[in-house]
Amino acid sequence: MTPVTEAASPSPLPPPSPPSSSRWRAGRRPGEDRPRGAVGGHGAWFLVLPALIPILVLSAGPLLYGILLAFTDAQSGRTAPTQWIGGLNFRDLLHDTLFWESFRVGLVWAVGVTVPQFLLALGLALLLDQNLRLRWLARALAIIPWAMPEVVVGIMWRLVYNPDAGILNETLRDLGLGGGRDWLSGLATALPAVIVVGVWAGMPQTTVALLAGLQNTPRELHEAAAVDGAGAWRRFRTVTWPALKPIALAITALNLIWNFNSFALVYVLTNGGPGGRTRLPMLFAYEEAFRYGQFGYAAAMGCVMVAVISIALAVFLAGRLRGGDDT
Amino acid sequence: MKTGRPARVGQYAALLAYLVFLAFPFLWLVSTAFKPPRELGSLHPTWIPKDPTLDNFRQAFDEQPLLHAALNSLLAALAAAVVAVLVATPMAYVVARRRTRLAKAVTGWVVVSQAFPFVLLIIPLFLVLKNLRLINSVPGLVLVYVVWALPFALWMLAGYVRAVPPELEEAAAVDGAGRIRTLVSVTAPLLAPGIVATGLFAFITAWNEFFFALVLLKTPEKQTLPVVLTHFIGAEGVADLGPLAAAAFLATLPSLVVFALIQRRITGGMLTGAVKS
Repeated sequence: MTPVTEAASPSPLPPPSPPSSSRWRAGRRPGEDRPRGAVGGHGAWFLVLPALIPILVLSAGPLLYGILLAFTDAQSGRTAPTQWIGGLNFRDLLHDTLFWESFRVGLVWAVGVTVPQFLLALGLALLLDQNLRLRWLARALAIIPWAMPEVVVGIMWRLVYNPDAGILNETLRDLGLGGGRDWLSGLATALPAVIVVGVWAGMPQTTVALLAGLQNTPRELHEAAAVDGAGAWRRFRTVTWPALKPIALAITALNLIWNFNSFALVYVLTNGGPGGRTRLPMLFAYEEAFRYGQFGYAAAMGCVMVAVISIALAVFLAGRLRGGDDT
Repeated sequence: MKTGRPARVGQYAALLAYLVFLAFPFLWLVSTAFKPPRELGSLHPTWIPKDPTLDNFRQAFDEQPLLHAALNSLLAALAAAVVAVLVATPMAYVVARRRTRLAKAVTGWVVVSQAFPFVLLIIPLFLVLKNLRLINSVPGLVLVYVVWALPFALWMLAGYVRAVPPELEEAAAVDGAGRIRTLVSVTAPLLAPGIVATGLFAFITAWNEFFFALVLLKTPEKQTLPVVLTHFIGAEGVADLGPLAAAAFLATLPSLVVFALIQRRITGGMLTGAVKS
């Protein structure tokens, strides 16, 4: 499960880019960090190192290594030495229709999950911000999707979607809408079915983030607008939304990234089937790397995924921020 | 706030719809876990098992090494949570108390690290851990989990540190307490609840994690609970529903209990993060 707390980041996200080691070095230039306050210069070093070393060795380092791998023919279990092959992996990727199909599925999935997730979460957050009874129950229930292991979420929805013993088909039969549909292995229904699960699984984090934003909106302004006769929609547009916008943008951007990179849910639900209809890019890259042992090629896929996400996010955030100035 | 009566009714109807949507899959999981095979095979499943049974649980333990997997999960999650908190707390303190480039770099890394596709990270990690002979071992997995939990732990802990007024530390210093003494007897007690909450959250995250465990752990006696759970689903996607549901239900309980304990604090930490920084 990915933590949601980052969503509270008050400033809009910078476009993600691989962390450069120079940035780290710049952060620790001795002239910048004059000893002052409760933590002295040398003291600060000892405090920072225990976290900095694992970050550099096991996160930043491997990331750079991974990018380098994309330019090699690295394979699992091969005895011949790995060689530089330049951009060959990327040239192959360009012509790999299966990969682009998977990429398309990944985009449909990411947008298809993120947008309804946001709208539903916004609705729930607005409700929870009201003085309703049963609020405690909704908060308690929201724990379930959030705390559950993704694997269990997948298993649970398999039980719901089960063609015979599943509650979905049973309910449809009761309502006289026909039944016997095999949701997860139908070519047309598989992707929508897993998208519903994705929405369900990620809703609580988004709701909590938006609720946090709502509770920061100025109450007095809201009441003043009501006194002036502004309707609910108008109050939402002129008072609530401007205050909520930074958090809404941050959580939506993060959701897009998380969803595009998601793996476990769909692995358990369909394992990419039927016929690749739900094969997200992560599933594709996982198979390429750990079933077929094509480390270099899979790393190239990872690079393309990062690049496309970065560009998409930059465009999304730039557009949103500019569009936001007039409201 | 004044809200008209019809609007209130609408709000309650919407809230009810949300409650049903959030709750029904879990209720169905629980219901399936207690159903005998005969009811699971029936074409007209019911919400409440007509003939509830514990056989599924017994069978689940017979079919897969669940206890052993739970032990592996517990070890990995506990070690990862403890190490992550130990390592992150001092850095979070520095990040929160000093507005330096380091603090900015850490914040930037927290955000950027959310964007990596894991596959770009796991291939090199796999190769590195293989060279260290840490593949297919719980310690190797713990290393990965620590790094994976760090961004979040740093973020949360920095928020909790900011909530401790620096004036308290200054006052202690004026009273003649040394730097270490100040940290131990003034800051640490105030920070303790936040540290516990962060540790518990790291614990759940590791307990639930699937992808790294799937890649790094090869033999069943090393595998963690989420990986073993997927073994209930056969190659053709056919699963013995009863034991599957029973095992999934059991695997969720620790997460739900721990999360229920800390939920308010996680939400609270997020709020202070939003307001203060």
